[in-house]
Amino acid sequence: MTETREKILRVEDVVIRFNLRGKELTAVRSASLDLYKGETLAIVGESGSGKSVFTKSFLGMLDKNGRVASGNILFEGENLAEFTREEQWLKIRGRKIAMIFQDPMTALNPLKTIGEQIREVITLHRGMNRQEAREEALAMLGKVGIGDAAQRYGQYPHEFSGGMRQRVVIAIAAACRPDILICDEPTTALDVTIQAQILENLKELQREMGMSIIFITHDLGVVANVADRVAVMYAGEIVEYGRTPEVFYDPRHPYSWALLASLPQLGEKGEDLYTIHGTPPNLFKEIKGDAFAPRNPRALKIDFEEAPPWFAVSDTHFAKTWLLHESAPEVEAPKIIQRLKEKSLKGLDYGS
Amino acid sequence: MAAEDKREILLEVKNLTVDFKLGRRKFSAVDDVSFHIYKGETFSLVGESGSGKTTVSRAIMGIHQASQGDILYKGESVSGNMTGSQERKFRQSVQMIFQDPMASLNERAKVDYIVSEGLYNFKLFKGEKERKAKVERTLRKVGLLPDFASRFPHEFSGGQRQRIGIARALIMEPEFLVADEPISALDVSIRAQILNLLNKLKKEEDLTYLFIAHDLSVVRLISDRIAVIYKGKIVELAESEELFRRPLHPYTKGLLSAIPLPDPESEKNKNLLIYDPSIHDYDKVPPSWCEAYPGHWVLADERELDLWRRR
Ligand SMILES: Nc1ncnc2c1ncn2[C@@H]1O[C@H](COP(=O)(O)OP(=O)(O)OP(=O)(O)O)[C@@H](O)[C@H]1O
Ligand SMILES: Nc1ncnc2c1ncn2[C@@H]1O[C@H](COP(=O)(O)OP(=O)(O)OP(=O)(O)O)[C@@H](O)[C@H]1O
Ligand SMILES: [Mg+2]
Ligand SMILES: [Mg+2]
Repeated sequence: MTETREKILRVEDVVIRFNLRGKELTAVRSASLDLYKGETLAIVGESGSGKSVFTKSFLGMLDKNGRVASGNILFEGENLAEFTREEQWLKIRGRKIAMIFQDPMTALNPLKTIGEQIREVITLHRGMNRQEAREEALAMLGKVGIGDAAQRYGQYPHEFSGGMRQRVVIAIAAACRPDILICDEPTTALDVTIQAQILENLKELQREMGMSIIFITHDLGVVANVADRVAVMYAGEIVEYGRTPEVFYDPRHPYSWALLASLPQLGEKGEDLYTIHGTPPNLFKEIKGDAFAPRNPRALKIDFEEAPPWFAVSDTHFAKTWLLHESAPEVEAPKIIQRLKEKSLKGLDYGS
Repeated sequence: MAAEDKREILLEVKNLTVDFKLGRRKFSAVDDVSFHIYKGETFSLVGESGSGKTTVSRAIMGIHQASQGDILYKGESVSGNMTGSQERKFRQSVQMIFQDPMASLNERAKVDYIVSEGLYNFKLFKGEKERKAKVERTLRKVGLLPDFASRFPHEFSGGQRQRIGIARALIMEPEFLVADEPISALDVSIRAQILNLLNKLKKEEDLTYLFIAHDLSVVRLISDRIAVIYKGKIVELAESEELFRRPLHPYTKGLLSAIPLPDPESEKNKNLLIYDPSIHDYDKVPPSWCEAYPGHWVLADERELDLWRRR
């Protein structure tokens, strides 16, 4: 069904490397994704698995020591992976593809007032004059739940709380009205009520403008709320993707299983929570076979030898695991995640 | 709760007010806040963004000056002037994990130095070998590889940086840890690993926590008691399970109703309760801090207390 929609972005086999004082680190190993117009795609996965680096490459915002070593990033008839000059990116960045960065403090200029920073973006992207832009900036502060907007306008970033700064960064990115908005952990510093309000704002903006959103988050509750589709990333690679209910209710990759099993909602007070044993692979070394195999208690022999290809679970759901091969042994998802639904419903019965 | 009264109080915050400037006027980011934390307890502070949680924790650490009120650690004031040795002891045994990992790490130093800084300040190692071993052990505990020590903060992912901040605090083997959103950037598995570690330190070392977090599923799991703060005032305080079972204040109810559930179907059918502060009628008689049930406190006037208790 999603297949008939227009693809706005096609990313194919992107490899991203960093040079660290002479040593080469591979942060993204052949990751691909398609983004459809108007959809929200969530990327979840292990800390350090390459979510930020991967998506930053769509705006040419990699750190100086990093580069796209191979692969294609196809957008509006151009291959962004071949861009070499900053001028090329200026047409795209902010206007067409905008990003809410993970660390709000680094995204804001500490020496300029909050108001100025929002106003500048509005004048640049929306062609309003100073006074109109100021009015619009004040309205946007209100929209992201910052009261006393007129006073707040003249304050500096350090005078804002962590969550208030995060909301300013969201307001700035949204003010650009891009075709694609990449949200990298945009709501980590927000309480759940303001988070719900911000997610509503984003959805509204999306409906109004047909914007596509890539949403990176560790909060699977937020994923369940906003995402049409989910991609799961591990060690620089996307290992599973599908429509949101498919990935939550019928996950197939052992890493997706382990991720869901670690949810705090499945924990019991006073007992240790489930965690994935071991550490992620060393990114300086080449990875043989399935990158998750050393940490996967149910790994097959072939997992250590050969990297699995994509297998289709449905027309919209794919996973890179040998378990889906026709001659693989029958391995069931862990019992605990089958109880996810029942357990999260328990989260609803507070106060009764 | 007679048994509870015998427990040793480690930290006491008394009528704390912290004022800031907003335009030309002054406003109280923290407004007459009082609570205490028992030794060995995990005490959590939850609430709206901008409600003053970070300001409370910074006041405890002496980063912000209290405009009014007092903070006592082991019965002695730490908000005024401490003697040199008192201050030293306090700085060593009380550690903080900061909310903004990037802003709190020295950009120019390598992780090895950042994590060791407290060890250097207090000369907590005999030789280079011991220091290196401590750094390595602590990095491993938070799920980082020892060879990360030779890298700079900007060469890490968000969650890796946050764990550098955790390692820097834990290496000091503190007795009291103020953790301001310590796990917000971590995936659920590493989050679980850190929570298990904090829980182990609590059991084995009797470590005490002031924990600030927005993830209420985590807060529910790890806290002994929870205080809910709204616009600089604590509006409700109770034991963790009690608060979830019987929230009284409408702000608390709104907060619990908004907890994201990792289940697409429940998320679609969720019923949000929106808190409307104008329902209170505090013009003539201001609300007071009432014990609605044993150990369960709420900010309410008489009419509200009666009403909320009846439901
Ligand atoms: N400038 C850099 N130089 C060297 N390595 C880097 C640099 N930036 C990131 N890395 C490494 O690349 C890998 C991927 O990082 P990335 O920030 O994309 O992770 P992530 O999936 O966003 O994680 P998190 O959830 O913790 O934010 C990490 O192992 C990180 O240490
Ligand atoms: N240094 C400062 N100067 C002026 N105002 C400040 C300063 N620090 C904080 N504030 C203000 O104090 C209030 C409380 O901020 P604080 O950082 O304590 O909130 P918080 O509860 O930690 O919020 P969040 O959950 O968003 O981190 C906010 O209105 C903020 O703007
Ligand atoms: Mg990241
Ligand atoms: Mg804060």
